[in-house]
Amino acid sequence: MTDAPLTQIWVYLAASPLLWLTATLVCYLIALKIYRLGRDNALLNPVVIAIGLLIALLQLTGTPYQTYFDGAQFVHFLLGPATVALAIPLYRQRERLKTLALPILAALLAGVITAGLSAVALGRLFGADTETLISLAPKSVTAPVAMGISEKLGGLPSLTAVLVISTGIVGAVLGTGLLRLLRMRDDAVKGFALGLTSHGIGTARAFQVSPVMGAFSGLAMALSAFVTALLLPPLLRWVGVVS
Amino acid sequence: MLEALTLILSCQLAGEVLVLVSGLPVPGPVLGMLLLLGWLGLRGGVSERVAQTADTLLGHLSLLFVPAGVGVLVHWERVRDHWPAIAAALVLGTLITLAVTALTMAGMQRLLAWRRGGRHD
Repeated sequence: MTDAPLTQIWVYLAASPLLWLTATLVCYLIALKIYRLGRDNALLNPVVIAIGLLIALLQLTGTPYQTYFDGAQFVHFLLGPATVALAIPLYRQRERLKTLALPILAALLAGVITAGLSAVALGRLFGADTETLISLAPKSVTAPVAMGISEKLGGLPSLTAVLVISTGIVGAVLGTGLLRLLRMRDDAVKGFALGLTSHGIGTARAFQVSPVMGAFSGLAMALSAFVTALLLPPLLRWVGVVS
Repeated sequence: MLEALTLILSCQLAGEVLVLVSGLPVPGPVLGMLLLLGWLGLRGGVSERVAQTADTLLGHLSLLFVPAGVGVLVHWERVRDHWPAIAAALVLGTLITLAVTALTMAGMQRLLAWRRGGRHD
């Protein structure tokens, strides 16, 4: 049995969080390198590449997602503190925030209602079942909030998490191009729209463009989390997705 | 670093506790962010150390979404069965939302500037 020691090492490593925590960081660094090599092209989004690499790795080693997540949860945990830390770039923008209060409020309401209704209408048009529709509805909101909304209304929280991340990626990859097409030049407007649509992933992308864009993106993400949590349940009742 | 992290985690903890006590339908970290914002407003500034820690954390925001994203594995079959609906909602819905939000905000800004300009005339 020449492979016995190797198997033992594998069994040991697979049981500790170290292996998949390290794998997550390594895959992300590789993805970041590819993104830099592609001269920061939005199509080479590091989140997509890192997820792809890790899925390939899990499939190759026959590792279940739960085992992976036991290790990767330490990275996942930091989403909470990172959300809190958004207060700092926001605080730096406080002067502009005051002058933009009314446009922000209008964009917030229009954006949140459009996000929920467009997801449900398009999903219905293409024949999604109720569970999928509910899971789709909060897809523009930051993952922890979206999962909470989905669960409360009878959707699948873990599916919602995946859809939220996909939405973030779509916004991050196509968003800056669409905003250019719409001739949006103000970084505050661009950031706010990206954050409202694509939450944290959009915000990560916005920070790559400029600190102002990042700050407004973070603001949009926080405000839409509040407003969506309040508005989406009555909105879904109104369109008859939930009773 | 340590002080900054303690401040951030304290705000998150306070946010989580407030959500549990009040039953507000928002997640703890979002409330924690508002608490930190209020704290910074009261103190009238951000210390260099707190700012640095926050910038480090936010500089790698993308990484933090990777573990949940790998979860697509678990839902592979549903995604495959419903892919036209999911793809339409994801791509079209996202682009529509982005356009509506940006146009509303830019439009309101223009409207306000126009009204202010009108009053000056």
